[in-house]
Amino acid sequence: MLVAVVGGGPAGMAAAVAAKNAGADNVLLIERAERLGGVLPQCIHSGFGLNYYGRDLTGPEFAEYLRQDVMQSGIEVWLNAMVIEAHHDKTLVVSKPDGISFVRADVIIFAVGARERPRGAIAIPGTRPAGIFTAGTAQYMINVQGLNIGNDVFMLGSGDIGLITARRLTLEGAHVHGVAELMPFPGGLARNIQQCLKDYDIPLFLSHTVTEVLGKDRVEAVKVAQMENGYVVPGTEKLFPVDTLILSVGLLPEAELIKQLGLTILPYTGSAAVDQYFQTELPGVFVVGNGAGIWDLVDNVATSASVAGEASVKQFYEPSQEATLEPCGDIRVVLPQRIAIGVNNPPRIWFRVKRPLGVCSVALTCDGKTIARKGYASLRPAEMAEISLKLEQYNVIEPGDNLQLTVTPL
Amino acid sequence: MKDDRLPRGKTIDLTCIICPVGCTLHVSSSPAGVSVLGNRCSKGAEYGAKEITHPERFLQSTVLLLGSATERRLPVKTDGPVPKDKLFDVLKEIKKVHVHVPVNMGDVIIKNVLGLGVNVVATRTIEN
Repeated sequence: MLVAVVGGGPAGMAAAVAAKNAGADNVLLIERAERLGGVLPQCIHSGFGLNYYGRDLTGPEFAEYLRQDVMQSGIEVWLNAMVIEAHHDKTLVVSKPDGISFVRADVIIFAVGARERPRGAIAIPGTRPAGIFTAGTAQYMINVQGLNIGNDVFMLGSGDIGLITARRLTLEGAHVHGVAELMPFPGGLARNIQQCLKDYDIPLFLSHTVTEVLGKDRVEAVKVAQMENGYVVPGTEKLFPVDTLILSVGLLPEAELIKQLGLTILPYTGSAAVDQYFQTELPGVFVVGNGAGIWDLVDNVATSASVAGEASVKQFYEPSQEATLEPCGDIRVVLPQRIAIGVNNPPRIWFRVKRPLGVCSVALTCDGKTIARKGYASLRPAEMAEISLKLEQYNVIEPGDNLQLTVTPL
Repeated sequence: MKDDRLPRGKTIDLTCIICPVGCTLHVSSSPAGVSVLGNRCSKGAEYGAKEITHPERFLQSTVLLLGSATERRLPVKTDGPVPKDKLFDVLKEIKKVHVHVPVNMGDVIIKNVLGLGVNVVATRTIEN
């Protein structure tokens, strides 16, 4: 039995190790870069591993621990190898330095990660000078390539990668003039607002956006204004004399290979619908990590990918034996979106809310009947939350049920 | 750099940075000592009390790496917390050094940096 894992970041490495430990004869890990680790080697900050390894690690350390697990497990690793086609019969076409290879797998686990939304995705008016970077690219240039990308910086978007990049730039001697966030609440974790912005007196402008980029060859300034209901509030425009604009405006799963398989792509994740084992509608094809939906903690990525890796070597259930799950109201994203029935293993449901909520109650319902309910002191869009079903709750779910996840403020 | 020192008898709210939960801590000081409310674990109480008396941060950066075919920078971190007002001084020390491959995760790059009792250590293994 061959389990092929596409992508050697944290999700791919964790899935590969779990598959091997669960008894897969052969596990092949295919990575297009020249090293394993995915995005982690550029994430030199700490805050990783508290759940998965029980200690506070930096990104490179988390990657190194996983890499050691991969090396010790007898997993075959292909580096500089890029999967360019995926077929329904679980054949992968791989471009490698020595030519094209065809891999006929029994199981494929896609751990393909995500891409950053660029300037074109949010259509900022103005000129097109040098000096505009996505946050992850900036992070790579600073931390891996050791480059100075700019001296005076403005940032659009308050996602975690952006906040962390703002701190790195400050520590490297740049002046970060401010961070604008279109929403009335921050996109990143509360701890990162504190330790990346407040620690260095970087102002955060909520309900603001960049309305124009100025400069011919290099960014010379950006205009920033307050927004209300999608419109600029007149008279609120400010000019920031910066040479660099950094965008931290979200990630999208890199789902091109998954789309080749003809799987249904969900509008709110941008990837295939998965069950609690991260298996798609196509038995034996799994999608894990940011390729399935955007996570905020690598610990959860590794944990969930391990679930998929372990399940991939077990017998697959019949696709007819499943219920569907969709997000409702203030719930923006739910993972899984399909629930396999009769596997005697109650699922853990991950979800993300649309707006910050105080004390609230999250309910899993079917035709108005509540199956499970859990209370939360607060929920924030920046944080994926979870609700684990008990066996007796899971057992009431029947094949064909259309389940909904809702949240009610209390 | 801002220092969230607390005048006696006042309560301030801090966001705990110890883990991703990010509890809001209500920290107040009185002649009897510092009290922390809102923390969901003991580390939060420790952080809240420290933050208003002698705030500290772990620091991460990179140093110049020589001899590698593919990598130019080695990521490093302090293996203990650094006083918040010493972060930029420690960074200056980190900028002065360079290392040769091979390097192993955990290798000490600067011992007892500025006499603060913490080491700067490599966070990545780069063999060649």
